[in-house]
Amino acid sequence: MMDGGAHTHRATAAWDSSSLPVPVDHLRSMRAESPTPGLVEGTEPGAGQRSTMFIHAQSFEDLTAEAEEEALRAADTAGEECAAEELKALIEEKNIQEQHKNHLSTEARTREEDVSSDAWRSHKKHVFVLSEAGKPIYTRYGTEEALSSTMGVMMALVSFVEAEKNIIRSIHTDGCKVVFLTRSPLVLVGMSQCCRSDKELLRELNYIYYQIVSLLTLTQLNHIFQHKQNYDLRRLLAGSEYLTDSLLQRLDRDPGLLLSAVTCLPLSSNARDVVSSSLQAAKSKSLVFSILLAGNQLVALVRKKDQFLHHIDLHLVFNLVCSSSSFREGEGWTPICLPKFNTAGFFHAHISYLEPASELCLILVSTDREDFFNMSDCKRRFLERLSVRSAYQALKEALKCPSYSVDQVGIPELRHFLYKSKSSRLYTSPEFPEVYQSYEEQERLMVLYQDLHSCVTHPTRPLHSFYRCGETENLLARVTSGFELYLCFTPLSTKAMAVSAVTKLLKWIRKEEDRLFILSPLTY
Amino acid sequence: MGEPFLRVTAETQDHDASRRRPVQTLRVKMVLLGSSGVGKSSLALRFGKDQFRSTSPTVGCAYLTRMVHLSDVSLRFEIWDTAGQETYHSVTPLYYRGAHTALLVYDISRRETFVRAQLWLKELEKQYIPGSTVIWLIGNKGDLSEDRQVTEQEGRILADERNLFFTETSALSGDQVTELLLMIAHRVNEHMGAQQGGLSEWRGTSCVDLHQNNNIKPFNTCCKM
Repeated sequence: MMDGGAHTHRATAAWDSSSLPVPVDHLRSMRAESPTPGLVEGTEPGAGQRSTMFIHAQSFEDLTAEAEEEALRAADTAGEECAAEELKALIEEKNIQEQHKNHLSTEARTREEDVSSDAWRSHKKHVFVLSEAGKPIYTRYGTEEALSSTMGVMMALVSFVEAEKNIIRSIHTDGCKVVFLTRSPLVLVGMSQCCRSDKELLRELNYIYYQIVSLLTLTQLNHIFQHKQNYDLRRLLAGSEYLTDSLLQRLDRDPGLLLSAVTCLPLSSNARDVVSSSLQAAKSKSLVFSILLAGNQLVALVRKKDQFLHHIDLHLVFNLVCSSSSFREGEGWTPICLPKFNTAGFFHAHISYLEPASELCLILVSTDREDFFNMSDCKRRFLERLSVRSAYQALKEALKCPSYSVDQVGIPELRHFLYKSKSSRLYTSPEFPEVYQSYEEQERLMVLYQDLHSCVTHPTRPLHSFYRCGETENLLARVTSGFELYLCFTPLSTKAMAVSAVTKLLKWIRKEEDRLFILSPLTY
Repeated sequence: MGEPFLRVTAETQDHDASRRRPVQTLRVKMVLLGSSGVGKSSLALRFGKDQFRSTSPTVGCAYLTRMVHLSDVSLRFEIWDTAGQETYHSVTPLYYRGAHTALLVYDISRRETFVRAQLWLKELEKQYIPGSTVIWLIGNKGDLSEDRQVTEQEGRILADERNLFFTETSALSGDQVTELLLMIAHRVNEHMGAQQGGLSEWRGTSCVDLHQNNNIKPFNTCCKM
């Protein structure tokens, strides 16, 4: 099942690469026509040519959280056993998937669901959010009221372990994992029946935490609970549950959230440059970020000099825009906290579609809550420039084929892939082929990618390459300091084919990188 | 208040009038307030495009415009459709500050929204100077009269007590919505229209500064009179 020749390296390497600063400029000249897997970060296909748009280093809290976790793991002698179990679980995972396949289609939230029913119990993944007083705040399935005693038990577990000056991380049972994340004043609990690593579940819980913070700011959250410990936060979040619901669905489906990266609308570099420079020209004093989205894809992003956007914040914006239909009816103006930028305050975002029926949505993030009309004017100026330079037409043309077929690459055994440039934090991926047309199949493939991802980003024993044969597909993951690559092949392909496909694919991506990535991001 | 008459004024007559001589266009800031899910956005959408669509909850605030032509003047309604969710309450004053007309919306099939509308009224009363804002109490979801929890009588009594205008509407069926907008237009024009100088003139798409807009507060102009 597994490739014995997998390389491992030392524990710290897992975030060495991601904490590197913006890629070194002298490496730019080394962009090879036929990139080899041994590329240095900053020269891989898709790496930005001037600077990056996204913050590179993970924030301090993330780094320390992981370091703490590692320390804990190192101290834990049972750690080895866990790892062995995980590997075993990987092999067994397919069966479990089959079992749960039936539930995937009934993923739609049923708030009224009976929490004592078997149907409720058998959901693949549960997420609960509670206050430190044990008050329910959010549940993915069922109602919070019905779960108040269950959540009480969860809180009791957390405080019981805390009383011993310790922290509860997870509970592992047969075929089920419960992961705890305490981010004061909230406690998040994730329960998964597919055997993913704790890290994947933690990542998801962190997203949910940031989603809540983006609505309220951490300052306000702390303030509320300092004044009234048993405050019912659902009052404040009422009507916003759909955002968390849709974020959870994204976590299951969107490779961007898995890879901590963003994908771009394929667009000729000329057209993209015009769009970017039009955004750049439509600036205003209070404007910090101008973001143009087409559905789930980024078209252009212009930022204030020295201000960087974190990919998590951008994903929260994606989630907000894509799951709310209200921006279609007029110009939206909303306070939004970008928690990775600053958990203390609100930005004010002007959100509007370029045309009522268009996929193109412009988000102008401002620091001034009184600046609505200025932002509205920025949008008007942007549209004017865009139309004058006929780039709007090119953009509309590009929207007609927002994706590409894997056949273009010219590797017959290749079915699908995810390629992420580490330095630009952008990824590209073809559309799903025929065999993965159904929702269930796509989600199944995502679970496979998630497993690969957790192996190559394992906090203590990350792999450089990982090949896996299955009955329905063969998979290869390849990670260097420059990129992450996940490939899915037909089950009849061989390992040798897979390995040679990497070079060929990299060459293709290099050829297409102008179109697939934003290579020269602009600032105001 | 004959509705057919209003409609005629609004559409046909005025169209000819505008051709004959340039009609002044005045800006009217309108804000919609009320609990989550009472149909503020649906009303705004009816006002703006005369359509109905069920939407997800409003995030923050949505801004729409709608022109209403009266016989002697055109009013450009700048509609601020606020989110009813408590999350956004802290920013709502931003939107109702300096509003010429405020619509307090409740859902006739949910009593708590009626109570909430009264709280909004209190909130508004702290801010406005009597006579400078046209406040309209609106019982929406008239189509759900079978599940009615708030009688029309109750709404009317509250409106009379607090000196508000009152209408029951249905954004779903569109019942009374166009009529409502026209009535508001007339009231606003009477209270603070061209003669009174309470509204600023709208000049095309030129950049408008929000701060500037706020300077033209109704009470400033009251003093001039």
